[in-house]
Amino acid sequence: MTREGRERLAQALAIVFVAGLSLALREDDFALFLVARVLIVVIACLGLNVQFGYAGVVNFAGATFFGVGGYMAAVLSRGTGVPHLFILVAGGIAAALAGCVLILPVLRTRGHYAALVTIAFALLFRTFLEVNDSLGGPQGLKLPELRIGPWRFNEPIALGRFEASFLLNYVILALFLAALAFALVVRVDRSWIGVQLDAVRLDETSAAAFGIPIARAKITAFTLGNFLAGVAGALSAHMVGFIAPNNYSFGESLILVSILLLGGIGNAWGLPLAAAIVIVLPEQLQVIQEYRYLLYAGLVILILLFRPNGLVPRPLRRLGGA
Amino acid sequence: MGALLRCNGLTRKFGGVVALDGLDLQVEEGEILGLIGPNGSGKTTFFNVLTGVFPATSGEARFGEMPITNFSPQAVYQAGIARTFQRSRLCLPLSLFDNLMVGNHKNLDHGLWFNVVRRRALKRQIEEGRKAARELLELFDPPLAGRLFEPASRVPMIDRRRIEICRALIGKPRLLLLDEPSAGMTRDETRRLMDDLLEARRRLGRLTIVLIEHEMSVIERVTDRCVVLNYGKKIAEGAYRQVAEDPLVRQAYLGLS
Repeated sequence: MTREGRERLAQALAIVFVAGLSLALREDDFALFLVARVLIVVIACLGLNVQFGYAGVVNFAGATFFGVGGYMAAVLSRGTGVPHLFILVAGGIAAALAGCVLILPVLRTRGHYAALVTIAFALLFRTFLEVNDSLGGPQGLKLPELRIGPWRFNEPIALGRFEASFLLNYVILALFLAALAFALVVRVDRSWIGVQLDAVRLDETSAAAFGIPIARAKITAFTLGNFLAGVAGALSAHMVGFIAPNNYSFGESLILVSILLLGGIGNAWGLPLAAAIVIVLPEQLQVIQEYRYLLYAGLVILILLFRPNGLVPRPLRRLGGA
Repeated sequence: MGALLRCNGLTRKFGGVVALDGLDLQVEEGEILGLIGPNGSGKTTFFNVLTGVFPATSGEARFGEMPITNFSPQAVYQAGIARTFQRSRLCLPLSLFDNLMVGNHKNLDHGLWFNVVRRRALKRQIEEGRKAARELLELFDPPLAGRLFEPASRVPMIDRRRIEICRALIGKPRLLLLDEPSAGMTRDETRRLMDDLLEARRRLGRLTIVLIEHEMSVIERVTDRCVVLNYGKKIAEGAYRQVAEDPLVRQAYLGLS
């Protein structure tokens, strides 16, 4: 079987696995919530992967762009009759536009300085939300249920004898969007754009000497990444039904980055696994209460110690198969 | 034969240091020009100013009929000038093929729609790219053509240099700037690399080359003409033998005699 064929098979199996798992857990609200949350976080991390992993654009405000998508969804679904499917896209567009504010400083800075710029932006965003009463201030906003056509997401599923929690609706949509985002990001990697972004990350001087427009490449990666984070944020806001500034803290951004590092930076394939570990593990360790963070942090450090390139290190790109 | 590249009074200052001091230089179509001089004499600065890495403080450069002074690196590449770097600047984690395709930038389609949606057209373009890469490597060093999908980090120095030169050649430039291709290699490796280069040039048509080199045997063997720099100024010009006899050049290299 060709490499492409193997990968298609792996993708199909992953989708079948998640679908099967969700069906098995169809009555368990909390488990379904976690599955959907993992899928949503995977979408956001796929975006960060394009930024950090491909173009080398540092972004420590992942949760902020996630939040911009969420607030956009809240404002649109509360105040307008825009169809909800479009609201998800609008969340992504809002995040991409919010990223434009940061483009100049991001293009001018590198490394630690770029990290600082994005952290500052994240802090500004939170403060802005907290003092902004029309956006609910520190108390946040409630969102109505998601509806796409006749499909009402907050209704339990009942098809004949088959019954399932309403959260299965969100799992299905999240799985669909995650698969779409995954295909997009993998295609970007396996293309001239992927080569171009790698060249920009690895050596700007030589990339420029061969005609690669550095600024354009970085802007493309940054905007695409923020768009995905925004779509994920909009979906998440609808699923939770409530958003507040506290959900979009710097700590949340760090969790997104740690998933990226754990999965293997630059490799989309490691992200679902890493996201599952980072999100599900602390919840499963509830019994040991606050010690779970200690255990969890220790585990992450151990993994990175023994697998410094992540659980699934990025493979060599082979354009055109080989 | 007309001048392909013509520089008048090209100057570059870094604070108080005049790295390039009013350089007048012409490169004729089809020649190999050696650029020599002691360390810090402005050779690499000349390449950097010419290719838009640094803007010139004053002076001008013309490439054919086109004024290229203070063009961006991207525009200089589009105009038909390609270069290699003194320190190897390959993307080490990428495959040899990817590295070559960085140099092939102007022949590739980088649109988002083309790359993400029109996968069949992309595949055709990738096939074309592979064919071009293989053909060039066959010409340059046939065994390398079979190693397109090894990471650049895993090939030896001489092959990295070959790939760097091929990366510059694959976009079919009119002028090739080689910045000390022998750096970090043994005499024997340098000789083989130069053989490959001359052979490739013979088959590609008379490509114009400016070569910075410290290895005088290479300069003597390869170049048609030499320009000697010292403290950013041109101190001598002519055939290698003639230049090597020049008292100013001897003084620059060996100190006062």
